[in-house]
Amino acid sequence: MNLNRHTAQQTQKSEPKLACRNVWKVFGHRPRRFLARHDYNPSDQVLAESNYIGAARRVNLDIALGEIFVIMGLSGSGKSTLVRCMSRLHDPTHGEILFDGQDLSTVKEKDLIRIRRHKMGMVFQHFGLLPHRNVLENVAFPLEVQGTSKRKRLERAREVIDLVGLEDRIDNLPNELSGGEQQRVGIARSLAVEPEVWFLDEPFSALDPLIRSEMQDEFLRLQRLLHKTIVFITHDFDEAIRLADRIAIMKDGEIIQTGTPEELLTNPADAYVSEFTSRIPRGKVISAQAVMDPLPQTQDQTLIGEGSSHVSAEATIEQCAQQVFSQPEPLAVSDPKGRIVGTLTQEAVVETLFSGNGSRPEA
Amino acid sequence: MSSATIDLPLHGNGTQLFRKLRRLTFLFWPAAIVAFFVILGQQYQWIDVYPEQWVLPVQDWLNQAMKWLIHECSFGLFTFKELTRSLAWLVSWPFKLGMGLLVQGFDISFQLPLLGRIEGHLPHVSWLGVVGCVSLLGHYLQGWKLALISGGCFLYLAVFGQWVSAMETFSSILVAVPLGVLFGLILGIISYWSKTAEILIRPLLDMMQTVPIFAYLVPILFLFGFGPVSAMLGTVIYAVPPMVRCTHLGLQAVPDSQLEAGITSGCSRIQLFIKIKLPSALHQIMVGINQVIMLTLNMVIIASMIGAGGLGYDVLTALRRLHIGRGLEAGIAIVVLAIALDRLSQAITQSRRRKTASSKNEGIRHRHSLTALGLLFATLALGAEFQWIALYPEDWFISTAPFWDGLMSWINIHLYDVLNTLRSFLLIYLLVPLKKFLLGLPWSVVIAVLAYAGYRLGGWRLALLIAAAALFPAITGYWEKTMYTVYLCGIGVCIAALIGIPIGILAAGNDRLASGLQIILDTLQTLPAFVYLMPCVMLFRVGDVSALVAIVAYAVVPAIRYTLHGIRLVPIPVLEASTMSGCRKRQILTKVQFPLALPQIMLGINQTIMLALSMVVITSLIGTSDLGQEVYIALTKADIGRGMVAGLGVACIATVSDRLIQAATARQKLKLGLA
Ligand SMILES: Nc1ncnc2c1ncn2[C@@H]1O[C@H](COP(=O)(O)OP(=O)(O)OP(=O)(O)O)[C@@H](O)[C@H]1O
Ligand SMILES: [Mg+2]
Repeated sequence: MNLNRHTAQQTQKSEPKLACRNVWKVFGHRPRRFLARHDYNPSDQVLAESNYIGAARRVNLDIALGEIFVIMGLSGSGKSTLVRCMSRLHDPTHGEILFDGQDLSTVKEKDLIRIRRHKMGMVFQHFGLLPHRNVLENVAFPLEVQGTSKRKRLERAREVIDLVGLEDRIDNLPNELSGGEQQRVGIARSLAVEPEVWFLDEPFSALDPLIRSEMQDEFLRLQRLLHKTIVFITHDFDEAIRLADRIAIMKDGEIIQTGTPEELLTNPADAYVSEFTSRIPRGKVISAQAVMDPLPQTQDQTLIGEGSSHVSAEATIEQCAQQVFSQPEPLAVSDPKGRIVGTLTQEAVVETLFSGNGSRPEA
Repeated sequence: MSSATIDLPLHGNGTQLFRKLRRLTFLFWPAAIVAFFVILGQQYQWIDVYPEQWVLPVQDWLNQAMKWLIHECSFGLFTFKELTRSLAWLVSWPFKLGMGLLVQGFDISFQLPLLGRIEGHLPHVSWLGVVGCVSLLGHYLQGWKLALISGGCFLYLAVFGQWVSAMETFSSILVAVPLGVLFGLILGIISYWSKTAEILIRPLLDMMQTVPIFAYLVPILFLFGFGPVSAMLGTVIYAVPPMVRCTHLGLQAVPDSQLEAGITSGCSRIQLFIKIKLPSALHQIMVGINQVIMLTLNMVIIASMIGAGGLGYDVLTALRRLHIGRGLEAGIAIVVLAIALDRLSQAITQSRRRKTASSKNEGIRHRHSLTALGLLFATLALGAEFQWIALYPEDWFISTAPFWDGLMSWINIHLYDVLNTLRSFLLIYLLVPLKKFLLGLPWSVVIAVLAYAGYRLGGWRLALLIAAAALFPAITGYWEKTMYTVYLCGIGVCIAALIGIPIGILAAGNDRLASGLQIILDTLQTLPAFVYLMPCVMLFRVGDVSALVAIVAYAVVPAIRYTLHGIRLVPIPVLEASTMSGCRKRQILTKVQFPLALPQIMLGINQTIMLALSMVVITSLIGTSDLGQEVYIALTKADIGRGMVAGLGVACIATVSDRLIQAATARQKLKLGLA
């Protein structure tokens, strides 16, 4: 669905932009010692019995260049903690955070500040705007602390403010703005330094549904312009499937499964994931190719005839449902090159749209 | 950062420079005023120095009014003086009871029908009994730790030979605190019920808190005579304001939901008050009680100027004779007593909240009170037999006075040069020039500039108020003394801020330091102002330098506390966002934390000024010649008018600085988008 899904998956083989290697974040008294005592791998039981909170546990992730990577989970599952570890607002208790192959957890304070100043941007759930500075000064703040000249930083700040469409609120103080506007300021501020990696911690969850979906459109529009590598936190599945290239699902600090939205739906790793995904409108996520009857290998060279009705393999069921029901016989499914790869029956569509378990049993 | 500031002139064109200059225009008017008056002052003497013939005899008016009140004012059946004297008589009874219980015992003599006349002496409670009871109370409230602390404190009093004085002080506290609480509660409730009462009471409270305690000792002396009872009444007046405020605040803060619950369950007005509002306000009231106790202790030494005995009297006489050792001994005893009472009353505040949870508490309480009773009777009975049980024997005293005196002479011998150099340095390069400068300022200029500041910060009304307050010392002929007070207080506040704010900032970034500091600050706040004087005199002898050091030490606490608090208040999301914007620690401090904490810090400075003022007044005891000295002289000469006018002068200084800072803070808050 997203334009850059393919590029993301193609680059996945090469070095990831950002990666976590067995990352742990434990809260409590002298957590490093605690982890070391348990061989850097305390069992769930040990953690539960101790006074320690394993807010992020044995996390392994690879985030590719240009990818929108969404982290999901219930409240308290450790999403914010993980992202704070990635940006090193928290020091991870154990493990490596690789940023362009460089381990952030051992980087010196000075270099870290350099990386933050030039390569990272972050948007916060509660905005974190400076109440004593107006919109323009807030957005220019990251440039100001770098020592950019006043003229340049204000110019750049105006640019990004235009980008988020706040040009007529430039002189307002944060508390004179609505929640949505405040978050736009937060977004503009994080973009002012042209970061390579963009962290967004539940950026839209403080907003009402209407503005939220507006902001999501805005976000997608920006991403089409900017092509950042994005780590996006949400606990709203609708939001996730709208935005994500890939989704990681967290529970109690652990990542249970990572995959495209469709993979999570059609192939949940465990009961938790399928429960988590059960209330999603499946028609919006599952593509034709996932539920079609594939044609035998020998015939896959067949090309679509002029005018004959067909759907693309990547179209979602919701998109092709009407077409399927407009004709009695199964609908042809074609790949991007125009070859027919399978057929879509009305039963398959109905099953996907209305059953709780829409994935076709693997043949 | 540096590059940003360097960049400016490079890129800056004419308009930017102009804008920078325009920011300075607010200085124009004050400069103009000063220039105007200075030029005129050369022409007309009266602009420079307030002419003596313009001084209004406010003192005499006050004296006449007082005379009338005492000698002529009458309510028909009785005169005003009779009223006050009978009030004093009334209060003297519980005090006598306390003294009898703790210090003197009771002489009994009465006639029985058959047995004839019985005469005897009922002894006072044994020191062991008191220590035991206090420990039991501590144990009941919080457990072993508090039992040890409170028992230990009282034991200290016995072991270090302060028992008798301490019990005399204690018995006056035992009377003054309930009285203060009762008055405060009543006034608080009245001001809560009636808007008119509130409007009347509030400025009165403001006055009571800004007029130095000293100053209203004089009228009290007149109305109630010299002696422990009038000292106690003075204490009550001093300690009441926070109680009134806390009660009012607590009642006002009762959540609407609770009130609505009460109303819908059919409570009458009275029921609503007793069953819902009072319990809900109880915690705040308890905080008020704690304050009353602390202020009462703070007053112990000062109260001895109008006749209170006990520890305060010991300190005062020692200080007057410069017996530093003995003074410190008694002073420390006051501190020890303060710590014990502070801990106990805070424990009461806390235990109130969890009391209802367990019903077995009832049993525990009975056990505790039975044990206490048993202990009292046992020690009483045994005390008749063994003298050492009734009264801690003198042979067992440990005296620290020789140690302090030794320390003092050691300091005098070994540190003399260092301290003397420091002292001279401070005097020559800081104190004297500043004093000259401030005392040399034309009175009219000072008033005009202050009023202008008031106008800028808060408009005409503030300007008028401030001009009036600043004019008062001039009109009453106390301009010079007032400026002297301002000078000492001003330097003290500046130094306290210079020390306190950095410490607060440091502590805000370091949890271990902060929690350690908290304990120190808590202890410092329980120390009566007088106690600070003694070590200062030890180090710097009498004079301005000692006074300055004492002022700084006493006033630094709020500067630290408010800075720490203000910086801690900055929301974490804002800090994280700043970190992610690439701020260094230092940049976070200067660009985010400090500006956001500034209103809090300003409030802290305001508190610092108030404490410094109250200390300045007290330092007149060690030879400064400010308004405090005036009050002190008035006290010894029983000159009511003089004392009250000087006291009001101090209140004027407090009012001016308080109003200006409050207005500036409100402005700053508005600017920060916090209001
Ligand atoms: N500073 C801390 N000290 C102790 N425990 C913490 C701290 N920060 C987070 N935790 C704990 O770590 C766990 C994960 O918290 P985290 O904030 O990462 O959750 P989250 O998934 O972001 O939740 P939400 O959706 O509510 O934002 C929680 O149980 C939380 O209580
Ligand atoms: Mg979170």
